[in-house]
Amino acid sequence: MSAVTTQPDVSSQAIAHARWRAGEVAFWIAVLACGFLFPSRYLIMTDIVRLGLFALSLDLILGYAGIVSLGHAAFFGVGAYCAGLLALHGIITEPVIALVAAGLAAMVLGFLTSFLVIRGVDLTRLMVTLGIALLLEALAERFSDITGGTDGLQGIEIAPILGRFEFDMFGRTGFFYALAVTFLLFLLARRIVHSPFGLSLRAIKNNPLRAAAIGIPVNRRLVAVYTLAAFYAGIAGALFTQTTALASLDVFSFERSADLLLVLIIGGTGYLYGGLIGAVIFRMLQEVFSTLTPQYWQFWIGLVLVVIVLIGRQRLHRWVLWAPNLLIAQFGGRREAVAVPESDAP
Amino acid sequence: MTSVLTNLFDGVAYGMLLFVLACGLAVTLGLMNFVNLAHGAFAMAGGYVCAVLVNRAGWPFFAALPLAFIASAAIGAVLERLLYRHLYARSHLDQVLFSIGLVFMSVAAVDYIMGSSRVFIQLPQALEGQFDVFGVGIGRYRLMIVVICGMLTLALQWVLARTRFGSRLRAAVDDPRVASGLGINVPQVFAFTFAFGCGLAGLGGALSAEILGLDPYFPLKFMIYFLIVVTVGGSSSITGPFLASLLLGIGDVAGKYYVPKMGPFVIYTIMIVILIWRPNGLFGRTAAR
Repeated sequence: MSAVTTQPDVSSQAIAHARWRAGEVAFWIAVLACGFLFPSRYLIMTDIVRLGLFALSLDLILGYAGIVSLGHAAFFGVGAYCAGLLALHGIITEPVIALVAAGLAAMVLGFLTSFLVIRGVDLTRLMVTLGIALLLEALAERFSDITGGTDGLQGIEIAPILGRFEFDMFGRTGFFYALAVTFLLFLLARRIVHSPFGLSLRAIKNNPLRAAAIGIPVNRRLVAVYTLAAFYAGIAGALFTQTTALASLDVFSFERSADLLLVLIIGGTGYLYGGLIGAVIFRMLQEVFSTLTPQYWQFWIGLVLVVIVLIGRQRLHRWVLWAPNLLIAQFGGRREAVAVPESDAP
Repeated sequence: MTSVLTNLFDGVAYGMLLFVLACGLAVTLGLMNFVNLAHGAFAMAGGYVCAVLVNRAGWPFFAALPLAFIASAAIGAVLERLLYRHLYARSHLDQVLFSIGLVFMSVAAVDYIMGSSRVFIQLPQALEGQFDVFGVGIGRYRLMIVVICGMLTLALQWVLARTRFGSRLRAAVDDPRVASGLGINVPQVFAFTFAFGCGLAGLGGALSAEILGLDPYFPLKFMIYFLIVVTVGGSSSITGPFLASLLLGIGDVAGKYYVPKMGPFVIYTIMIVILIWRPNGLFGRTAAR
């Protein structure tokens, strides 16, 4: 927490912070290159990109606003079912428009439930978010004539994107589609978190009382960011349906929300790339664990969570960044070019 | 009319069971403000210990119940000393992640050791069937649950209200810093209470195998129920969680009987409404910590 001196200092610092770094450009080039380097792995890569976008949406509320949610799958599920139903009944056949529509539906739900979530302390928030996800799961099960119940929506056919790019069976179109959507939304998120709005969110996260005292409308900001995160999660859910052509009850499941927390924690919160990096590591871990013990990979995932918490997230990130920082300090002559992700623990 | 009374009785039995399962969590949340989502794992441990003793070793049911308590309490004590202790001062996010990790591990471990199918505990003849009281069907097993859980509740209330340990515990709940300033060994009080709460959960798990069903997914399936009991009931006394679990039990049984299609919908809606109305629980204190 550096002392705030004068107005121009703050803004120039914020602008300098928002500038694109070489590492970020390299990251996205590497991601794009993966699309051409591993043509046989499109399905798993699409899955990772989707999960990354979903984790990005959680990062917006957890990493920037400090809201712990155990039911983020609610918005994912709404987006998934929306996209599925729109395509199944031929209401909106064009995938991109359907994607936005599904995102908006999740956004509306996010806006409505945000008023419930901003009330109360951490524990109440946990319970309310968890309760909303469970409620939606129960609803989807209840109205099985619409949602297809436990079998899920079947026979979804997704029309070509923009009427031109057909979804192929290798998932090539799906991958580039998911990547493009994720990149665009990432740009938007990046712009938002570096704006004064994003800075005010950080202030709220660090100390809501103090933030309110300097004139930040705390509740309105929280509602806004929660709604935005719901939109992102809805898009991630819609991408899930569109690229896999299925939507079933497990989109709402508690495990999905819990896994998502793990993804974000592995990657680190509060610098936007955490979700994407976490998604890669999480899927790789999952792959390794399921080859070790096919049925019981959950045990190892649980163990990873426990170990991460016991070691301490901040310390873990310092260890991971130790080698890159050393290299940069040796050859670049600068100190710590790779920023240590901001942790939410004081 | 009689079916209403039978349902009411079943609901009360169910609610009392939930109370025994969840009251340890009330202390964990109330005393140390620790969000322990893994509470159901201790209940599951007790249930499986009882099942193994009764079904494989041929122990009588009533002899296996205390062992379920002891086993869970021992596991709880060990984990508290080794792991939980380090996390009291951490953020809620860390506690949530840690306990979710424990839940995942326990689910997979039990699945690996005991298999994924539902386990039944062989009950003694005397507990099977039901009898009529003025035309109201009362299950013997449920009556036993009401008796055991009722006695436990009275005993707990007595310990909390009358004994030296109870007053220490209440002091520690009200204000840990002042309590330790007065010479109360707060970590010790908490460790003991944590282990005892885990033991109660284990006993509840053994009793609930017949009613709730015991399988490796128990901690995940009933996590929300335990949390509802504690958050709705508040953590300032045991009366709050007790009334909350009775409400939840009666509501859930009635909901499943009269509007089976709505499933758990009713319960979740009620919970959210109550939490919006009173974020600290129906019977909670007004000060949020």
